[in-house]
Amino acid sequence: MSDTNPIVRMAHVKKSFGEVEVLKDISLEVYPGEVVAVIGPSGGGKSTLLRCATLLETFDAGELSYGDLQVAHTEGGKAVYGAKDVIKQAKSRFGLVFQNYNLFPHYTVLKNIMDAPVSVQKRDKAEVERQARELIAKMGLEGNEGKVPCELSGGQQQRVSIARALCMNPEIVFFDEPTSALDPELTGEVLKVIKQLATEHMTMVVVTHEMQFARDVADRIVFMDGGVIVEEGPADQVINHPQHKRTQDFLARYENN
Amino acid sequence: MLTMLGEGFLVTLQIFFLTLIGSLPLGIVVALGRMSRFKPLALIVRFYISVMRGTPLMLQMFAIYFAPYYVFGIELTTDSKFNATIIAFIINYAAYFAEIYRSGIQSIPKGQYEAAEVLGYSRLQTFGKIVLPQVVKRILPAMGNEIITLVKDTSLAFAIGVAEMFSTAKALVASQVSMVPFVIAAVFYWVFNFVVEVVLNRVEKKLDYYHD
Repeated sequence: MSDTNPIVRMAHVKKSFGEVEVLKDISLEVYPGEVVAVIGPSGGGKSTLLRCATLLETFDAGELSYGDLQVAHTEGGKAVYGAKDVIKQAKSRFGLVFQNYNLFPHYTVLKNIMDAPVSVQKRDKAEVERQARELIAKMGLEGNEGKVPCELSGGQQQRVSIARALCMNPEIVFFDEPTSALDPELTGEVLKVIKQLATEHMTMVVVTHEMQFARDVADRIVFMDGGVIVEEGPADQVINHPQHKRTQDFLARYENN
Repeated sequence: MLTMLGEGFLVTLQIFFLTLIGSLPLGIVVALGRMSRFKPLALIVRFYISVMRGTPLMLQMFAIYFAPYYVFGIELTTDSKFNATIIAFIINYAAYFAEIYRSGIQSIPKGQYEAAEVLGYSRLQTFGKIVLPQVVKRILPAMGNEIITLVKDTSLAFAIGVAEMFSTAKALVASQVSMVPFVIAAVFYWVFNFVVEVVLNRVEKKLDYYHD
């Protein structure tokens, strides 16, 4: 796959919160159609990595680009971010699905999905509505168009938030522990939707604690611990034949649970 | 007597509505200034809120009424009494409203801002479309208190001689040597506030279609 350009490229990213170094020289490239699962213990830097990639956090040093668009580069050891319009362009290329959905509680399902494409991307309202209704059907949410988020289950809310991200036509979607806030019986319906997107070759990066899901769906698994990528490789290899002791210990703890 | 009180009531209504029209939006601006990351601005606004809440509204009315004369030597007219009342009420109530807005704005979860940011909303869009509508719902009960207080505070305009309902009632009490005008004025205020309560309840019901 390396003959094509990566959709997102992070190189030598470093990030500290005060004294604590959360990301220590992280490099990650994601190629078109690839599904990458990021696993690892809590506090290992997974979420921070995602927040840096989606510009919710700025990193201290390193590079970030989306396709040909350079968002941040390093000058004299410090990260320098691009101008406002570069940031704005970058934001149109990715979507993010939060652990807690973060839907807009005062908007209906349809409006949650349609509002940003219409008022941020200035797209035609009728066209956006057509796409939004297709996505609602695809997410198995027919009949809920006019409901507000508080009338839906957690699993339904998370599917709305996936539809909201997809309606922006992103090149890549990041998922930050999309099922961690859900009851076990609702987890399945969200994972099923992500699986379906994977079969359609949507490029995705999923931070998850669902090992079986990671193995079944991801093309590549990245294991992070202590702010570094300890191990990465094809899903089957990392899960079934981990090379590093830290990966083995982590996976063993999962199996025991 | 009722006609005179009715005329006074019209002035009371004017003070009430002009104050709301001015102070509701101004309060948002003040709240944003108070929360500004630009420290000097935040400090100045804090000082302004402190003075507005820490000194009597009646005194503020007098200060604004007499300021043009003492500072610029401008002749005072009958109109300037009414204008001074409105200005004093607006800047005073804006300070109170600002603190209520601030409490509401700060109660909106960080995730709402982050979701808006990732979707590419501008800061103005985020505030206008995502934050403010949710703030309105959250602060409605506190705003209701202030608005009801405002109805009664309009009677303070009596102090600088604006002919609102309380001034009229007072004059009638003196000329007729009867307490009846006061009783009728009290009923007017109460009925007015009853209507305010009904309207507030209606708005609250309307926003009840969601919770978070």
